[in-house]
Amino acid sequence: MSGCARHEPLLALSGVTRTFGGVRALSDVALEVLSGQVVGIIGPNGAGKTTTFNIITGAYSAGKGTVLLQGNNITAWASHQIVRAGISRTFQNIRLFADMTVWEHLLLAQPHDGFPLRRLLPARWANPAALRRAREVIEFFELGDVTDRIARSLPYGMQRRVELARAVTARPKLLLLDEPVAGMNHHEADDIRQMILRLRGDGMSILLIDHDMPFVMGLCDQLYVLDFGVMIAKGRPDQIRTNPAVLDAYLGRVA
Amino acid sequence: MMSTYYAGLLADVGILLLGALSVYVTLATGQLSLGNAGFMGIGAYLTSYLTVTAGIPLTPALATAAVASGVIGVFVGFPALRLKGIYLAMATLGFGEMVRSFLLNLDAMGGSGGFHGMHHISNDYIWSWAVAILLLVMILERSQVWLEMRAVCHDETAAELVGLDTTTIKVGAFGFAAAIAAIAGGLFAHHHVYIEPGNFNFERSIDFVLAVILGGSTVGPGALVGALLLVMLPEYLRFLAEWRFAAFGTLLIAMLLVRRQGILDRSLFRVFAFRRPA
Repeated sequence: MSGCARHEPLLALSGVTRTFGGVRALSDVALEVLSGQVVGIIGPNGAGKTTTFNIITGAYSAGKGTVLLQGNNITAWASHQIVRAGISRTFQNIRLFADMTVWEHLLLAQPHDGFPLRRLLPARWANPAALRRAREVIEFFELGDVTDRIARSLPYGMQRRVELARAVTARPKLLLLDEPVAGMNHHEADDIRQMILRLRGDGMSILLIDHDMPFVMGLCDQLYVLDFGVMIAKGRPDQIRTNPAVLDAYLGRVA
Repeated sequence: MMSTYYAGLLADVGILLLGALSVYVTLATGQLSLGNAGFMGIGAYLTSYLTVTAGIPLTPALATAAVASGVIGVFVGFPALRLKGIYLAMATLGFGEMVRSFLLNLDAMGGSGGFHGMHHISNDYIWSWAVAILLLVMILERSQVWLEMRAVCHDETAAELVGLDTTTIKVGAFGFAAAIAAIAGGLFAHHHVYIEPGNFNFERSIDFVLAVILGGSTVGPGALVGALLLVMLPEYLRFLAEWRFAAFGTLLIAMLLVRRQGILDRSLFRVFAFRRPA
């Protein structure tokens, strides 16, 4: 898109500060995701990880600071504009639409460029590209058996998978995953992780929040550590593992 | 040959179907409107003005009134964006009453004395419109926009965060609903050949909502079932004399207790409809 600066980060946050009723949720947070990178945000509960996601996606406004997507300032954009610009996300608590089948979720989550009249006509014959994309995603996430099931009626692990699929359907430039394996059993968590690894293999840029250290350490190219709204460290996983401030704040002296 | 009496009832069903569809469309985005009789009134007066005073043929007059009412609907929809649930219901109710009192004071159109001079239309004409709009809604129901409307209805925040422009969707639904209600109004005016502001009161708005809730609020044809029941049931209960409306109310409550989603729902409708090939 913006070809002039080749090393421009895909996503760049700088000076992002946000307070809730006098409490500083985020102080002067800076963060970068390069194209093709998998970046993790770790930190104790309440450190401001999800708040960071909410500011990136426009669900909250940043009090101060800027969010740049490929050099474009998206700080004040509406959520739907940010999604269309290329940032999709999943939620910490699953947010699937009641009464909708898996298929409908995927048809819904398509980018809305192109001829608007298409969206008013039955998708079955007016929008073959949308159908093709939905089928592609169903195949990738192995959702073929549950395509016509109501998404909310599926087992928890499957619901997470549908949510992930929904986020990927829009062909995002950057995927935000908010604790993608929270509340899952080992088997389900492994499934999701395999899918994240495959997405990474396909070159998807990912920013994720997760608590499972071995997983995060193994997956991410770059880690940021948040503590009480302050970014206390950043670096490669091996650097973070040995960073004294991080050990103090979060990991405990076990490494 | 159908008796005039039943022909009249059938016309009522067609007009009520359109009114119910207008409520159905906004309800699909999770917005309950209790003011659609207001849009119906706008449509009735505007269409009548165009045919009687301006001498325009009925069909283009109806189309013009629908567009005008749709634009008004969009403007009403914007403030309604800030309101949800019961508050939105109250605001739209206020809008409906506002239109009615405006029409009462509109001396150019007869004020409280009403307006007449329209030529009578056939049931075929009414039902052509009703069926056309019903089909239009049913086609829309299979589109991506309709999925988006349902998403907005279920979880507005999540809808916005999967890339849906919730503002446009909600306001658009309001505008479309206002246009449908205006057509109902224009047809009403040319069926009864006389209109007065009292025709478009709160009770009429409630009838629209009742038809949708009774017939089924998750599929378009539910409005048809509801309109049929709402007009015909009190007729079939005539043997109960003065008690028939009480009996009708009892039936309504019983139905809601047993089948809250209305008579026709998606799974029942699917039995009659084609399934999407996998």
